Amino acid sequence: MRDIQKEYFGNRVLKGVSIRVEPGKIYSIVGENGAGKSTLMNILFGMPVIHNTGGFSGEILMDGNPVRISSPQDAVDLGIGMVHQEFMLLPGFSIAENIKLNREITFPNMVSRLFGSRLQSLDIPAMRRDSRKALDRLGLSTLDEMLPVAGLPVGYMQFVEIAREIDKEKTKILVLDEPTAVLTESEAEVLLATMRRLAGEGISILFITHRLDEVLAVSEDITVLRDGEQVATLKTGEASVSRLAELMVGRKLEAVGCDACAPSPKGDKTLLKIEDLRVDMPGERVRGLDLDVYEGEILGVGGLAGHGKIGIANGVLGMYPAEGKLILDGKELPLNNALEALRSGMAFVSEDRRGVGLLLDESIETNMTVTAMQCQEKFLRRMGISLADGGAIRRHALKMIRDLDIRCTGPEQIVRRLSGGNQQKVCIAKAITLEPRLIFVSEPTRGIDVGAKKIVLDLLVRLNREMGVTVVITSSELAELRSICDRIAIIYNGKLEGVLPPDASDVDFGLLMAGEMSHSRKEAS
Amino acid sequence: MADLENNGLPRESMGERIREVVKDFGIPRFIILGFLILLIVAAKVLGLSMPQLLGSILTRFGMNGILVLAMIPAIQSGTGPNFVLPLGITCGIVAMTLSIELDMTGLSAFLFSAGFGALLAGIAGYFYGVFQNKVKGQEMTVGTYVGFSVVSLMCIFWTLVPFKSPEMIWPYGGSGLRVTITLEKRFAGVLDNLFSFDVMGVTVPTGLLLFFALFCVLTWLYMRSKSGIAMMMVGSNPRFAESAGLNVNRLRVLGSVLSQMLAAVGIVVYAESYGFLQLYMGPLFMAFFAVASILIGGASLKRATVTHAVIGTFLFQSILVVSMPVANLVVADNLADVVRIIISNGIILYALTRKEAGVDVR
Repeated sequence: MRDIQKEYFGNRVLKGVSIRVEPGKIYSIVGENGAGKSTLMNILFGMPVIHNTGGFSGEILMDGNPVRISSPQDAVDLGIGMVHQEFMLLPGFSIAENIKLNREITFPNMVSRLFGSRLQSLDIPAMRRDSRKALDRLGLSTLDEMLPVAGLPVGYMQFVEIAREIDKEKTKILVLDEPTAVLTESEAEVLLATMRRLAGEGISILFITHRLDEVLAVSEDITVLRDGEQVATLKTGEASVSRLAELMVGRKLEAVGCDACAPSPKGDKTLLKIEDLRVDMPGERVRGLDLDVYEGEILGVGGLAGHGKIGIANGVLGMYPAEGKLILDGKELPLNNALEALRSGMAFVSEDRRGVGLLLDESIETNMTVTAMQCQEKFLRRMGISLADGGAIRRHALKMIRDLDIRCTGPEQIVRRLSGGNQQKVCIAKAITLEPRLIFVSEPTRGIDVGAKKIVLDLLVRLNREMGVTVVITSSELAELRSICDRIAIIYNGKLEGVLPPDASDVDFGLLMAGEMSHSRKEAS
Repeated sequence: MADLENNGLPRESMGERIREVVKDFGIPRFIILGFLILLIVAAKVLGLSMPQLLGSILTRFGMNGILVLAMIPAIQSGTGPNFVLPLGITCGIVAMTLSIELDMTGLSAFLFSAGFGALLAGIAGYFYGVFQNKVKGQEMTVGTYVGFSVVSLMCIFWTLVPFKSPEMIWPYGGSGLRVTITLEKRFAGVLDNLFSFDVMGVTVPTGLLLFFALFCVLTWLYMRSKSGIAMMMVGSNPRFAESAGLNVNRLRVLGSVLSQMLAAVGIVVYAESYGFLQLYMGPLFMAFFAVASILIGGASLKRATVTHAVIGTFLFQSILVVSMPVANLVVADNLADVVRIIISNGIILYALTRKEAGVDVR
């Protein structure tokens, strides 16, 4: 692949990436979330999302010839096999049927002679034989190919996906998109061994991951992506875990920070103590987290996507089923109760601005005030029944619009028509209206432009300095956390991996995010 | 505040503003309004009596209004237009037959029917609301069929109910109630004739309109109350409501209860003005006309106000009233009913094809 560039809606996500995969070699691509790894693979596999958003520039060469890949079918015909991050298997079908899906071996019968080959019978024994062979190649000789996929352990599902790809006779390149993310450590080792064996058989493998030790263990060449840029391409011999971590994280943004930058009114008093929190949020599970939030601080929560950092705030604020113990200011709080959480002085700015954070077709003033109205009885007039106090709502909305500098035509404008940054300000205004002591802010800068990012971050700092609100900010952008936080907690695999000061080195952050600490701890014990 | 008006936004040009107004008012409403004006012109040309038409419009507006208001709690609580309206309507009819059986007359019969009907409908609405929470996302389809089923089930009820009043049973005896029961000696016209007066040949059913206005005000007040706003939050975005600590399911049940109660009161008012009680298949399609009315008034599947109900009822009923004599003179007898079905189904179809955002995607 040579000089690949890709824009999504004017946002350049790949800025000239070139990679060379040699036959029978394992090539790794590492990078943080959003670095462009998946986009690159989608281009290689001709996924429709690429072509629906204006295609890409650059060229793809195979065996020295330029090729055009405009659909996944083209990619398959060229011998590119892809194992997706999410499993693409039919749960009700057997392993053999899944492996042979859409490439079934058939023989003609009476009906098909009349109505064409689409109605031919399946040659089950032949399909079983082929599947068996593919599974054996992967070292899974004990797995019965006729079992249904539903109910298999996730690790086996991963192998079934790989078996499907290597069963295709033409497969020359196998793309594995974070295959070890869902595997246990022993399963991951088996997978790595299998990858080496497949490479030995002459299949090239493109391995995408952010587990750095795995990269060093199996691959010959490594490319590091950061913000769509190819920051380095190394031979395994030249690389080490800490060097990769440093390249991967980098410094992306100069400090945003507040202008005055007085130290936050930080005390040593624990405001919120989280013990053994488990949150069942799909894709962001929290698996037994212990974390203390000190009064008056800005605490950052970072980590890679899917490791549960987003789940924390959602669990504490009762948005997803949670277990564990919360102690706010010495008092234990019930979990799974949004109302109690809000009444106890916490507020939440959701990462899902449009899905959870706003009533898109209601006015700015309605959005700001209804939550406080429902759980704190504000903005109401009692006249037998409690009626909304239009005057108070309007006064409050105007004040907020002025204080937060929300660009709008007035408090009656519906929020759907606002820009992302202004919508985010409305969300924050909604939280401030609750007059919280502790505010959880998830991904406050996701999907808003650079200028608005700084304003939103400044706003959070102001909230902390001027109103003494304790802020817990969750973000995928480490640079952003480092610019405003007092401490940064890194979450790995649903647990706290470590807490660092914002000026800790890139290497330390990279190592924590890749879970190297818990890996080495495990090895030591 | 003045500098806020156009903060950062370019001033809109005149053309854009007109386009904006048209967009807000809605193309379907323009077409309907245009059609209505056309009909009125035709009626004038054909020499129909304008005062008479206007009087009918006022009466039909008042008698259908509360049935349309019943849509508001359902839509606002996020269950979409209430296609299961026949449930509450049936409760109202049961209460009315009971009032006849108990030999009640006049205003007290009317108030008893409305009150007892609302009570029954509230109970039915509660159970339907609980059921509805198990079919989230399918409320409209399920509601339509539940509505049909209720009507059919009640057909059995009407044939078996052991009421003895000679006004209701078949003239030749036997068991079961008649298809149409006259309310002439009961409470027909108690509202219509209350404070009623004539202006330039137009008979104004003052009591009826006042009663409708009362319910409009009550509904409007409720929608501005804490509970009404909570209901709006649930309907507008259930995840937002959850994050504000609201019990989404309970508010959806409340929406169903209120909607069915209004439906029961609505049918009592309807029967009072119409003068007859229609049993058996009578309520079968009433939901569709009420749904169509509020949608014509500008409501969407997720948002409805009292204004939408009032405007919609007025437009829909006006077209029916005016098109009937015009069609009879110009084309054929039955055209008015055809027009009614085309308009009501057409507007429902239009509303269903519009994209609705904010669905609970979990």
